[in-house]
Amino acid sequence: MNNESISLHIGSDAACYTVPIGPVHPALKEPIRFDFRLAGERIVGVDIKPGFAHRGIEYMAMKRNLIQVLYLSERICGICSISHPLALTQAVENAAGIEVPPRAQYIRTIIGELERIHSHLLWAGVGAHELGFDTLLHLTWKVREKSMDLLEQLTGNRVDYAIPIFGGVRRDIPAEKAPLAVEALSYYKGLLQQMIDAFLHDKSVELRTRGIGALTYDQAVSLCAAGPVARAAGVRKDVRQDMPYLAYADLEIKAITPQEYGVEPTGDVYDNIIVRLLEVGQSIEIIEFCLENMPQGELTSIPKVAALLATLKKADGEGIGRHEAPRGEVFHYIRLEEGREEPAAWKVKAPTYSNLMSWVPKFLGNEVADIPIIAASIDPCMCCMDRVHFVDSMGTETTAVKDELVRLSREKTRRVLG
Amino acid sequence: MTVTVVNAIWQGLIILFGGTLLGMVYKGLDRKLAAQMQSRIGPPIRQPFYDVVKLMVKENVVPDHAIGWLYNLMPIVSLVAVATLLFYVPLGGFSPLLGGYGDLILILYLLAVPSLAMMVGGFAAGSPYATVGAQREMVMMMAYEFPLAVTLVSLAWRLSTFLPGAHVFSLSVIAANPLWGLVGPLGIIGLVLLFAALLVVTPAELTKIPFDIPEAETEIAGGLLAEYSGRNLAMFYIADAIKMVVMGSLTVALFFPYGLANVFGLAGAGGTILDVAFFLVKVFAVIFTAVIVVRVGFARLKIAQATRFFWLPVTGASLLGLVLLALDRLV
Repeated sequence: MNNESISLHIGSDAACYTVPIGPVHPALKEPIRFDFRLAGERIVGVDIKPGFAHRGIEYMAMKRNLIQVLYLSERICGICSISHPLALTQAVENAAGIEVPPRAQYIRTIIGELERIHSHLLWAGVGAHELGFDTLLHLTWKVREKSMDLLEQLTGNRVDYAIPIFGGVRRDIPAEKAPLAVEALSYYKGLLQQMIDAFLHDKSVELRTRGIGALTYDQAVSLCAAGPVARAAGVRKDVRQDMPYLAYADLEIKAITPQEYGVEPTGDVYDNIIVRLLEVGQSIEIIEFCLENMPQGELTSIPKVAALLATLKKADGEGIGRHEAPRGEVFHYIRLEEGREEPAAWKVKAPTYSNLMSWVPKFLGNEVADIPIIAASIDPCMCCMDRVHFVDSMGTETTAVKDELVRLSREKTRRVLG
Repeated sequence: MTVTVVNAIWQGLIILFGGTLLGMVYKGLDRKLAAQMQSRIGPPIRQPFYDVVKLMVKENVVPDHAIGWLYNLMPIVSLVAVATLLFYVPLGGFSPLLGGYGDLILILYLLAVPSLAMMVGGFAAGSPYATVGAQREMVMMMAYEFPLAVTLVSLAWRLSTFLPGAHVFSLSVIAANPLWGLVGPLGIIGLVLLFAALLVVTPAELTKIPFDIPEAETEIAGGLLAEYSGRNLAMFYIADAIKMVVMGSLTVALFFPYGLANVFGLAGAGGTILDVAFFLVKVFAVIFTAVIVVRVGFARLKIAQATRFFWLPVTGASLLGLVLLALDRLV
């Protein structure tokens, strides 16, 4: 963080005091630690300490065969429980050279976009709660239930849908279930404008979000922000637009920035709300397109699990998978070795990891009262992101800085490459 | 003499018990109705009673960094102050028990005591959250006390022009002579403005959304109350419930002291019961308008925004009310 444009502190350090937020705090839905330097109510410095929700998922994967890893990947995150499998299946299909039938690609897209709807609504509710606007929280979450119900009707589960499998999908969306989806979509279409009014035209929401947690275009680019956070800052960046995959290749997806709403992007919380609400509308259109144009055909190219496992065991190579999760780009890398059922290496990069550093410019110069909403504005998911937690043999926690981390990763790369 | 003292004691006990009970019921209604408005089911109306019982049996934790005696004293100070307030505001159409021993100015001071006690308690807790909360409470008091004082003094001053020589700061006198019938059209507008200012000050006085800034659960984890638990927290909780009744009764006494007994020509016990019931409805109407609807309909403001709001529009409205009352006298 020695970048010239971004510093951890502003102004002089005199007459400041430190307030710790986290790892357990009502503003945080998951554990992370912020140490704020405050001058009165103004934030003049922030230090972020992640690592409280590290579960060693990648290591667990090394002990499981690839199909078990697929189910494990659903459990990286409860909200993005289709995004991680979508990225993983693409990575493995990439590595093993497995084709995915068109119908399966459309079904994956539909579930992925439904997840975006419920994730964005969840975020909007959390945001309202952080502003102390619980009425909006309860109403938004009531509306969100429709998408959860639809997901349950289509897949059997509210979360962890178990839909993708390497080479296709496990369940069809039969024609008789399509009306359920159409009904839910028209419900959201009717409500979208109301939600935009409730969030964007409410005076008290505007007072608390306009100009709060701003992120400039340059900061977003230099800090590699991803997803809605980057788009709110005006960066037209969206995996679905930049590297179309699944059914997105048949659609003209355009990254949504606040400009679509007629607002000059500033990357503040208000812009984040704009982007996420408009993306709900975008997702509705995508699902409608997919339902109307769903190709007929096979669900999966290798229906038998035993045959699939055998194919995967024979595969040798590496692959990557990218998916535009609701929170931003999720990236999976996998390496398969011939004769091994387990992956030789699996690397997951969740969107929160990309967005973590944009917290710093977003926090600086704002007030204590803005901490919860700014923290929530990147829609953080700690358990997706946490990869490491340094504890020595005495149980004492230590912190590793950049040089140490670079050395450790180089060592690991050499070890993995043999 | 002995009879008066005994009378005063049992009346006092009834007021204390009744006021607390009423406050808890209103708190329960507040939670239930707010839940319904947020399309939730909400807790049962008796939930506040469960909460207090639960808090009473819980451990009373005093943080290591706290100044123990001060920290433990403040909930008592807060509770005693609001309980005293019950003796000074007219409840249910009766004259206040201690009406002859204090007036509106005393009420103004007593209203500030619970907030001050919470502030001192917050500072004494030695937690950064409580300290931030206490600082915010201090700023909030500076923000809303002025319009509140202007409102109360304006009413008393205007009354003094009609009743020269009367003790116009006494709530019994104010309640007995509603200004609505005495002033002209300009005065009515002035009174409406003062009434609006008092309604807006009410949620701030009670630390409710959008002015719950000193407690701000999502920001500073309950702020002033962050470290309080068990018995101490229960006392603050009860004090908050009583304060709600006091603010409601004060508004009713200042602006709507009318009873129904005379309208229906009822006398004796029937009339008293009707008046008490009507009073409860009026207090509830004030709480519903000033607290429940407001806390459902708004996001929490930031301290600077709240201060600006109280210093400019609210103080402006109360001063304009005063000016209009003065003009009304000249016309």
